[in-house]
Amino acid sequence: MRKKDCKEGVLLGNIIFPSILNMRKIDCNEITKAVKNACMEANYYIPEDVRLVLEKRYGEETWPMAENILERIKENIEIARKEKMPLCQDTGMVSVFVEIGQDVHIVNGNLEEAINEGVRQGYMEGYLRKSVVKDPLNRTNTNDNTPAVINYRIVPGDSFKMIIAPKGFGSENMSRLKMLRPADGVQGVKDFVIKAVEEAGANPCPPIVVGVGIGGTFDKVASLAKKALLRPLSERNEDEFYRRLEDELLQEINQLGIGPQGFGGKTTALAVNIETFPTHIAGLPVAVNINCHVARYKEVEL
Amino acid sequence: MIKLTTPLTDEKIKNLKAGDNVLLSGTIYTARDAAHERLVQLLDKGERLPIELKDQIIYYVGPSPAKPGKVIGSAGPTTSYRMDPYAPKLLDAGLKGMIGKGDRGDEVVEAIIKNKGLYFVAIGGVAALLSKSIKKAEVVAYEDLGSEAIRRLKVEDLPLIVAIDSKGNNLYESGRKMYLENRKAKA
Ligand code: SF4
Repeated sequence: MRKKDCKEGVLLGNIIFPSILNMRKIDCNEITKAVKNACMEANYYIPEDVRLVLEKRYGEETWPMAENILERIKENIEIARKEKMPLCQDTGMVSVFVEIGQDVHIVNGNLEEAINEGVRQGYMEGYLRKSVVKDPLNRTNTNDNTPAVINYRIVPGDSFKMIIAPKGFGSENMSRLKMLRPADGVQGVKDFVIKAVEEAGANPCPPIVVGVGIGGTFDKVASLAKKALLRPLSERNEDEFYRRLEDELLQEINQLGIGPQGFGGKTTALAVNIETFPTHIAGLPVAVNINCHVARYKEVEL
Repeated sequence: MIKLTTPLTDEKIKNLKAGDNVLLSGTIYTARDAAHERLVQLLDKGERLPIELKDQIIYYVGPSPAKPGKVIGSAGPTTSYRMDPYAPKLLDAGLKGMIGKGDRGDEVVEAIIKNKGLYFVAIGGVAALLSKSIKKAEVVAYEDLGSEAIRRLKVEDLPLIVAIDSKGNNLYESGRKMYLENRKAKA
């Protein structure tokens, strides 16, 4: 058989096959291992960007009860790290954001199963709490913390990245979504975010991280808010307008006086992260996803 | 820091005020949503409970699994408002207090006042630190509920904050108010 490589693919006879022979292969076993380790590490070790902000706010806090609480939070981070034990007993439901290059070929199994197997192994071997029920109304525990909520994004190239983010429901339950009117504008968005934080009060274990999604559709805006929580606290929105809005919202939230655990203080939120997407002429969707001070995520690249 | 040991009699808690820092020692019990539902079902039917409630404390916690050689995994509080529909019945049945996080509904505050009980808060999300105060843990009921089973814990110097005292003073209201007034006075 005549066989010749060409730019587009492999020529077999006179049929051009996709260039699978040249594609980067990623083994499912490798993915499982990466997810497993990330689940454990995310639950034991606070991300450095979160730790730094906590440290800074602790230095700025003046209310005694608030200082005392922030000090305990810092101690907890140290104990969890040293003893490799979960920062919080609610080791969460796991969200996985997969960014997969279109030139990657997953081999040796099924990608979704490989990810869930990683969660299963991580939660078993890492002594993490299993907090997922099989059915929202007939609530039987799956006993292995699967399934994860998986989001896929296909990008050019042959990279393979995952962000593994276990999240507790004390804060998840305090999240809100509303389809505002375009006329509500920036003020409408601000009012909605502040109201969500105010209503959440002490329940999401402040100090919190506030993820805000603006735009897109009903479903898109919720995932924007979640995505906003995965951005390191050290990074601001790239757009000047939204960067300012982040700063304004953070300042206004910290004026509320809710404070750590809701007992007063200036440290209510560590950061406000906003993510946006184009939307329809008739709509202004906004979503607020609240995270606690145990703001866990772990990025891995294979 | 005020040191307290369970069982908590009226005498021991009558001077505690919302905002006090407490170190609690002795025996306490764990229970969360599913265990509460079962306890209250038994009370409604007039049946015996698997644990004695008189002057006892229930900690709203579903710990993470214990590593080999350890007593318990991480063990911080879960959000209390989910237990609000059940708490008044348990207080009426003799329970002295609860440990959780987050504010309580009016019906719970009323039951606390009526029964001279109290509500402690453990700091949410410092579960590794809190586990250090837990010296013994054994499942005493509802093993089938896994992390939600009722456990008897032996604690030593468990760091808590009195959030609602026996007179109904609530730190969730007064703490923030005091902070804001103090800020205003300084401005
Ligand atoms: S909100 Fe966060 S810190 Fe609080 S109990 Fe849940 S996971 Fe833990």
